[in-house]
Amino acid sequence: MIAALVLIPALAGLAAFFLRSTEWRRTLLVATAAAQAALTAACWWLRPQPVLHGWLALDAPGLLFLSITSALFLAAAIYAAGYLRCESGHRVTDEEEGFLFDNAPEATFVGCLMVFLSAMTLVTVSQHFGLLWIAIEATTLASAPLIYFHRHHRSLEATWKYLLICSVGIALALLANFFLGVSAAKPGGSAPALVLGELVQQAGRLQTTWLKAAFILFLVGYGTKMGLAPLHTWLPDAHSESPSVISALLSGALLNCAFLGIVRVQQVCVAAGQAAFGQDMLVGLGLISMAVAAVFILGQTDYKRLLAYSSVEHMGILALGVGLGGAGAFGAMLHAVNHSLTKAMLFFVAGNILALYQTKTIGQVRGVLRVTPVTGMLWLGGFLAITGTPPFGPFLSEFTILKAAFDQGHGWVGGLYLVLLALIFIGMATAFLGMAQGQPQKAPGVADRGDRWWETGPPAVLGALVLLLGLYIPQNLAFVLHEISRTLGGS
Amino acid sequence: MNVDLILVLVVLTNLKLLASSRLGASIRVVAAQGVVLGLLPMLAHAHALGLRVVVLALGSIALKGGVFPWLLFRALREADVSREVEPYVGYLTSLMAGVLALAASFWIGARLPIPTLIASPLIVPIALFSILVGLLLIISRKRAVSQVLGFLVLENGVYTFGVGVMEETSFLVEAGVLLDVFVAVFVMGITIFHINREFDHIDTDRLSTLKD
Repeated sequence: MIAALVLIPALAGLAAFFLRSTEWRRTLLVATAAAQAALTAACWWLRPQPVLHGWLALDAPGLLFLSITSALFLAAAIYAAGYLRCESGHRVTDEEEGFLFDNAPEATFVGCLMVFLSAMTLVTVSQHFGLLWIAIEATTLASAPLIYFHRHHRSLEATWKYLLICSVGIALALLANFFLGVSAAKPGGSAPALVLGELVQQAGRLQTTWLKAAFILFLVGYGTKMGLAPLHTWLPDAHSESPSVISALLSGALLNCAFLGIVRVQQVCVAAGQAAFGQDMLVGLGLISMAVAAVFILGQTDYKRLLAYSSVEHMGILALGVGLGGAGAFGAMLHAVNHSLTKAMLFFVAGNILALYQTKTIGQVRGVLRVTPVTGMLWLGGFLAITGTPPFGPFLSEFTILKAAFDQGHGWVGGLYLVLLALIFIGMATAFLGMAQGQPQKAPGVADRGDRWWETGPPAVLGALVLLLGLYIPQNLAFVLHEISRTLGGS
Repeated sequence: MNVDLILVLVVLTNLKLLASSRLGASIRVVAAQGVVLGLLPMLAHAHALGLRVVVLALGSIALKGGVFPWLLFRALREADVSREVEPYVGYLTSLMAGVLALAASFWIGARLPIPTLIASPLIVPIALFSILVGLLLIISRKRAVSQVLGFLVLENGVYTFGVGVMEETSFLVEAGVLLDVFVAVFVMGITIFHINREFDHIDTDRLSTLKD
């Protein structure tokens, strides 16, 4: 079953490179996404058996992140199929500078998209640290062509930065793998297996110096990919220049995969009795990320960059939650779900607005609610959700983390966290409310076409899920979240 | 040829890279470094000269000594502009920074004792040195090709550490790492090709539209 989860999208991706019919290729994309999502849903009832000597297995964190990835990918596949129908077959005018450009061949785009899904699935099921590294690097390589879908100089610049910065970060994470291997080596004994379960079992005799060095390198390496400030520099560029579908997947699924890498290392550290060492660093990086995001969100002029910086903020919240441990880790895992659903929804809606107004400048978008009521409502709903307003899910998870901070006596962490959240709320409110309200200044060119179902359907469903999670957390989900927080130093 | 000789060659090639002003020469030096390092797994663990080690070593030599230079030379040929490295900081400053990095690597290496028996005490410092030189090359050179070379030197450093210190890693993981590095350089090569076409240039300081 695990093999099928990884192989189905990989094979479908390869097939997409060679399929000649555009229609069939799009159908294949949606069918693969649906099959993957169905298999993932089945895993909640039938936990699959480990394969490859336990190197591939689905534990609680893996299941949670696999579910997020599959759900988002299904939404993205439906959106992408409609998007490609509109984009293909003609040259496109650049919305910023007005020149004409081509898109990348659709076969490359769809193929890379499915290979990307396969790589992300492999990340979630890898129990072996080496395999995890290979999978995370593979996600970088598969997604680089996706960012360069619009063939012009700005997306090229974003792609180059993404490739180079993430590759360097991930190369450091490979060194971290070797450090972890050294810390697990028995003097004069056989080579250790870097499998999570074995490391956790034998955590007592890991060499702490090497384990700490490994943790720092893992944090730098995977933190780069996750977008923790000050290692986030590639993130706003890649998110603003790639098509909105890809931004949604990068923000909602890919960043989580890198986060999972850090969670795995922290699990080993907790088992080895070194929890406090990693926790301090995670709390520090988390607060720095939120502060950097707040600075760039206040006064941001580009709404896709605004959403990108909001991702930096929420990755900071995740790091902070895991750093607090216990109830904080529970909150962080719940927040990972909430953030992914909300952010993907917002990027889809941002794509709709971009298609309507042909600009990414916040100041030039006015009156979305009047032009397209559905898109406008979704945009406002997404804003309320992402800033942590009740009754949406993120409120619940952000509040859990806040409570954990105060309960554990980290008063100043909790205070700073609240101040930063408030600042970000102000920055986001200025941008979002201005865009939704008011009179449209210039008549958008395509205003009379109305909303298409594939444009509003996926974000609406995601938004409904976020609302639902704010009101009710299913038993199964709560069980999995508790299981994860136990391995991260919870009770 | 023993392990220490290989490591000394790695140090010399790193310093040569920092001082070199020609892109073509730099590509050849990195290729040479890759080939020399490819021999390391066979020498570091003399008793473990199995088929697995030989296959991986040959694969690594073929990639780093053959495929990568070919890809990079192709990218270079497409851009028939000057073949200078065009550093942000001068060659002498780069060399001085390299020497400082070497000293720092030995200082750190002395503080991270390896619990198991390894082929040479120089392995950890030299691996760290390569990593630092790789990072230095990436941040101090304008050319996209130079930055890829920096990434390769960085990767060589990580590889030195892995091969020298880990007695056995599994075939699957090593092959996967090799494959990832290959695809990374391949994708970077394609991107450089597109940068050439878009900007008529491969200076990454032209890539400066996106900022806040």
